Amino acid sequence: MSAALALGDDALVLSHRLGEWAGHAPVLEEDVALANIALDLLGQARVLLSLVGDEDELAYLREERAFRNLQLVEQPNGDFAHTIARQLYFSVYQHLLYERLAVGGGEFADLAAKAVKEVAYHRDHAEQWVLRLGDGTAESHQRMQAGLEALWRFTGEMFQPVEGLDDTGSGLDRQELERTWLAAVTGTVERATLTLPTGPRAGAWAAGAGRQGLHTEPFGRMLAEMQHLHRSHPGASW
Amino acid sequence: MAAVTADQKTQSTSGTAKATGTVAGTAGDPADAARLAAFDAAVAADDRIEPRDWMPEAYRATLVRQMAQHAHSEIIGMQPEANWITRAPSLRRKAILMAKVQDEAGHGLYLYSAAETLGTSREELLDKLHAGRQRYSSIFNYPTLTWADVGAIGWLVDGAAITNQVPLCRCSYGPYARAMVRICKEESFHQRQGYELLLALSRGTEAQHAMAQDAVDRWWWPSLMMFGPPDDASSHSEQSMAWKIKRHSNDELRQRFVDICVPQAEALGLTLPDPDIRWNEERGQHDFGAIDWTEFQEVLKGNGPCNEQRITQRRKAHEEGAWVRDAAAAYAAKHTTPPVQQTQHAQQAPHVEETA
Repeated sequence: MSAALALGDDALVLSHRLGEWAGHAPVLEEDVALANIALDLLGQARVLLSLVGDEDELAYLREERAFRNLQLVEQPNGDFAHTIARQLYFSVYQHLLYERLAVGGGEFADLAAKAVKEVAYHRDHAEQWVLRLGDGTAESHQRMQAGLEALWRFTGEMFQPVEGLDDTGSGLDRQELERTWLAAVTGTVERATLTLPTGPRAGAWAAGAGRQGLHTEPFGRMLAEMQHLHRSHPGASW
Repeated sequence: MAAVTADQKTQSTSGTAKATGTVAGTAGDPADAARLAAFDAAVAADDRIEPRDWMPEAYRATLVRQMAQHAHSEIIGMQPEANWITRAPSLRRKAILMAKVQDEAGHGLYLYSAAETLGTSREELLDKLHAGRQRYSSIFNYPTLTWADVGAIGWLVDGAAITNQVPLCRCSYGPYARAMVRICKEESFHQRQGYELLLALSRGTEAQHAMAQDAVDRWWWPSLMMFGPPDDASSHSEQSMAWKIKRHSNDELRQRFVDICVPQAEALGLTLPDPDIRWNEERGQHDFGAIDWTEFQEVLKGNGPCNEQRITQRRKAHEEGAWVRDAAAAYAAKHTTPPVQQTQHAQQAPHVEETA
């Protein structure tokens, strides 16, 4: 069941990060949009975690080392451009992944077929903002470029095989996924008059680490906040 | 959440909304007198006033003030609840809370849009909020200290909001009334969710029950104050009632709210923190204790526990988002060809000049 955990934790953790924006967004429409994306992801997470066990036990009672999410999704929000860079990298990946899982006929086909529709909106939202920020003002251009660069090192991990997903006849071809992702992201970034960072990505030390339960320092703090209340009342129901 | 609350309706200092000028300001001009008569007749007949209809300036100003304060309450009201999104104790509760805070942002959008039909832009209203020249509901100047506060806000604050807002669905101004229909539907969900959250706590462990009781103890009196000062001290009420912007007095609505809450508290297994609450057979209503209006006035003056914090966070989000809004505007300017009908639209915009 490690595949359901990997996909579920990606959705759970990114949803939490996006939830941190509530009441802080640059414009009211984005308070609505970011909350909407967070809710979609939380819905996916609940379905996926429930395939493995009790959703709340899994979300609230696991230690940091037992989470299987990508390091990308646990990265702090930073400024709006930083959040949008994270959204671009992840939503394009998740969209392509779910498109493939939906037709692959494997265990996650039904879930992916349903989720792919909402993820298409997440992708569109991210791409539209990359265009606006990249091709907006000098300041927004600089911030968007900085966001793309800061998070680039975390993208390699998305193309590492996931146990229980890539090896179970899901029909996934990670190399094809990576090529398609790179072409799509490059296209958006270039249209936005930005440049995609060069240099190590797939080979960076981070690649594969989140899936093995090795996370970055901010993640522990995120979990401390997320789990504190639940853990303070053992056995209580809410 | 975030009702338009009576404290907003009655306490604003906006001079233009002074409820006297309708007739006096138009007395000299027979054409104006005729339009005023038509307006008064429409209100009397329970017809809706629409954006392009003629309306007295004081009516317009009262509506702008009330709708702006309602919109501001929605977006400031996101803060005390968003405070708990990252700590919600179950994924189900987290989803409910995120959806609720999202609804509030949506309500803010409807209401700012409704205010735009009176010729006042969202930017203008936000600037006034940030400058402290327009109010939001004082209830949001209280802190959410525990998870149970999320439930108490849903049950009591949204409950009071609904009591205030349902009559606004019949408000004489069309766009406001229609926005309220939609908002009230969502608010009643929020109220039930808050009640259900408290019920789970009340029936839970001893610690959970105590958390729920503590929250109700802290939110009960501020919720009663949401209906505004007693009728004899309420300055704008009379004219707003005549214009059918307001349909019931502060005290009537407060009494209605108490009568709804007493049996609900009993069903929750929680105690309302007022030893004087008892059924009055003769009146067919509950008696309840005296409200501490000194506290109300202090919070209104800016001395509540969170006044400074709420407005500072709002300003900060706005200022930190300025470069994003600038970028969106710059991008739109580069990539949109100006529509030909621009001028025509501007002419159709209702009474823009008159409200300046």
